[in-house]
Amino acid sequence: MGQLIGEMSQKAIGYGVPINVHVDVTYRCNERCVHCYLDHDDHGEMTTDEIKHLLDELAAAGTFFLTFSGGEVFLRKDFLELVAYARKLLFNVKVKTNAVLIKEKQAQQLRELGVEQINISVYSHRAEVHDAITLVKGSWERTVRAIKFLKEQGLKVTIANVLMTHNADDYLGAKKLAEELGVGYQLDPTITPKMDGDRSLLALRASGDQLHKIFRDDEVVGNSVEFCAPPPAPDDDVLDGIPCSAGHSACYVSPYGDVYPCVQFPLPSGNVRQQRFLDIWQHSDQLNEVRSIRARDLTVCSGCSHVGTCTRCPGLAYMEGNMRGPSVADCEKSYQRTAIPSANMLRLQSLGVSGGLSVPLVQIRIPSMPAAQSGVSA
Amino acid sequence: MTQTYIARSARIAARQLGDEMMIMSAVDSKFFTLNPVAVTVWLAADGKTPLHEIVTGRVCQEFEVSPEEALRDAEAFVSDLSEHGILLVSDQPIATNAAGYVE
Repeated sequence: MGQLIGEMSQKAIGYGVPINVHVDVTYRCNERCVHCYLDHDDHGEMTTDEIKHLLDELAAAGTFFLTFSGGEVFLRKDFLELVAYARKLLFNVKVKTNAVLIKEKQAQQLRELGVEQINISVYSHRAEVHDAITLVKGSWERTVRAIKFLKEQGLKVTIANVLMTHNADDYLGAKKLAEELGVGYQLDPTITPKMDGDRSLLALRASGDQLHKIFRDDEVVGNSVEFCAPPPAPDDDVLDGIPCSAGHSACYVSPYGDVYPCVQFPLPSGNVRQQRFLDIWQHSDQLNEVRSIRARDLTVCSGCSHVGTCTRCPGLAYMEGNMRGPSVADCEKSYQRTAIPSANMLRLQSLGVSGGLSVPLVQIRIPSMPAAQSGVSA
Repeated sequence: MTQTYIARSARIAARQLGDEMMIMSAVDSKFFTLNPVAVTVWLAADGKTPLHEIVTGRVCQEFEVSPEEALRDAEAFVSDLSEHGILLVSDQPIATNAAGYVE
């Protein structure tokens, strides 16, 4: 099934259809997670009618996969009304939530509405570690109880385990908790700067040593030998490829109607309060610029042996100053995975700004080998 | 002659992409893609029009296919989707909502 969905996603790129759209319905939240990049004040969220109008436009534009997220979605009193409207328009709906406000009744309503999947942030199997990240005492207890309510309804639930310095040693415990609860598990080591550009949160990123350990853990990545294999030599297909689906078949809409290529790519591309969504999608100069970029256009990465297998995020690169440039966090992941430094790491080292990394001053190019399989979200 | 009526369940996600249709069951998450002929049958599945009329009146008008072959393919397609609750089948007309789906 995953292959079939992948084929349709490729076709969507060819047709220029935004098949996958992420809508944040609020930035307000009832938790204060230490790594959160959002400003939780309400600066004028879209009304119920405005979001319904947006959903009409997305359906007409061909969107199939719709993710509702936030902030905490259940802080909107109209949230289930929005889900019901989206389901009436036959979207495949995924909800991202901390689940603190989900009781039996809400779980039943989500099931009746035919929500496809619920992704829930759980930072640890230990309540004290989770609560120290959310800064809300008792939040772990309420979240885990909600997962049980959702499971009782037969809903598909995945624990999203964001990794940072606070919980870097707890990922196996969190994975075991997911297994005990009978839900999926996804580990994500991505910590992003705040929306206002404040980069202080990056100090929370898991260390290189911690990533090195996780990437060699078969329980997390499956076959660690394959996962950590050296990258195959990039060919023309790789260099002519697009960096990711952001702006090609996917985009993000904020609670204020701002359209961006992705939730992690804060390049303002238009606002649905001022323009039709489809006009933004098809004609925005910013989205068209993102679409024009191929791997061979990347300023440093096009010459890097990792270019075909790196998890390079163009949004993180944009936040570092250049959407065609490297993303240091992804360079680190590629290095910790394969022990082969990225071209950018070597460049920085030659400039004397390697950030304390000790890497050899050569980059090894390996002949074609099977691509590494990723079991970790990045 | 017994008629076969078909209607679309509302317990799905669905969207047309080019001349194909993506459908995912909200019950078992099974994902399907329909080819252009199947899309024609799908869009005509209003619960009121008998399957053989959909085939002769729509499919055979829009595609170069014999009524026998088209009906055989349509019956197989209907059987497949009905197993997953995506299409509902009856020998009587089926009531649908205003959008043409069965709640």
